[in-house]
Amino acid sequence: MSAETHEVHSSSDYIKHHLQNLAYGKKPDGHWGLAHTAQEAKDMGFWSFNVDSLGVSIVLGVLFLWSFRRVAKKASAGVPSGWQNFVEWVIEFIDSSVRGSFSGRNPMVAPLAMTVFIWIFLMNFMDLFAVDHGPELAKALGLPFFKVVPTTDPNITFGMAISIFFLIIFYSIKNKGLGGFLGELAFQPFGKWGMPANLLLEGVNLIAKPISLALRLFGNMYAGEMIFILIAIMFGAGIGFGVLAGVLQWAWAVFHILIITLQAFIFMTLTIVYMDMAHQEHH
Amino acid sequence: MNITATLIGQSVTFLVFVWFCMKFVWPPIMNALAERKKLIADGLAAGERGKHELELASRKAADSLRDAKGQAAEVIAQAEKRAAQIVEEAKGTAKAEGDRMIAGAKAEIDQEATRARETLREQVAALAVAGAEKILRREIDAKAHADLLEAIKKEL
Repeated sequence: MSAETHEVHSSSDYIKHHLQNLAYGKKPDGHWGLAHTAQEAKDMGFWSFNVDSLGVSIVLGVLFLWSFRRVAKKASAGVPSGWQNFVEWVIEFIDSSVRGSFSGRNPMVAPLAMTVFIWIFLMNFMDLFAVDHGPELAKALGLPFFKVVPTTDPNITFGMAISIFFLIIFYSIKNKGLGGFLGELAFQPFGKWGMPANLLLEGVNLIAKPISLALRLFGNMYAGEMIFILIAIMFGAGIGFGVLAGVLQWAWAVFHILIITLQAFIFMTLTIVYMDMAHQEHH
Repeated sequence: MNITATLIGQSVTFLVFVWFCMKFVWPPIMNALAERKKLIADGLAAGERGKHELELASRKAADSLRDAKGQAAEVIAQAEKRAAQIVEEAKGTAKAEGDRMIAGAKAEIDQEATRARETLREQVAALAVAGAEKILRREIDAKAHADLLEAIKKEL
């Protein structure tokens, strides 16, 4: 966890460097390539991809699905062992969460909840790797940046939140009809004469769902990562601070185990609740 | 920190993952769990049934044991009765046989006594005749007095 690399000179540079995603997009000269500075990444505009967040998240997602799929393929009613035990425990946990909060009938909700929970947990878990390892590894591979925690990238959290938002709208319309869905937006809670107020309130209510989902996760993880980085800076400030920083890193990491699990769980629970609302008639 | 097309990539990836999870991961494991639940429930029910059957069987065994004991007692009682009967019969037979033997012996004794008396009588008669002859020889002709002697012999 050495703080200073020879490319960055001040603490501010160090922080900025660690918080910069590895972007792949169209450069000003018309070629597609990796951005080597923060400014370059910014200039790419919307049509660029954060290779690090996407890559890590896809690798983790594939890892999750592959390891669970292995169990699913040979799942039997016999005596479970080892990994199957763990997977079944997770599934039971998710299933009971879904049963507790979701009253409709939809075979998609439980797998959705499980994907959300495990995937976000794994992405958050990347936070427990030392903050310098990602960038150091990237330097060894000749890459300018590498942010290893996908959930500290708002694109990732918003990406998932938007998918869930579309699912909410899709199932709302499917279950209540387009009229029912729009009616809920327009005629509640004040009846048809309060339509503008209703639209405003319910519209905000609807939009707030994905935004709060995405921002809550992003904010927590970003802040956590930032604290790791700030503590890491102390390593460069003499032996006394170094020891203190080591203790703090450890303490924060322990605390973070709770946070990453909790955030994944909150994201999952809210997803289930939103899906439940999409399946319920308002009264 | 810019919002970029990463958003779209992540969105699509997420939906693909959810779809995969829904198609290939969740149902088989859930089925296996439900199946195991059923298996365990069946096993428990079978165990309960077995216990019940065992209870029934032991009750039946006790019943038949009691029956057998009763039958055995009956058989023994009958046997005892029969034994007593046989003894009685034997006693009767033995008594009859004894009586018969006694009667036979008595008859034989009577016969024997009669014969002895007869013999004795003949000997006494002969002795008397011989004595009489000796007395009368001198005075009586045996031939002349033969019918007299015969009469005396008969009287004896």
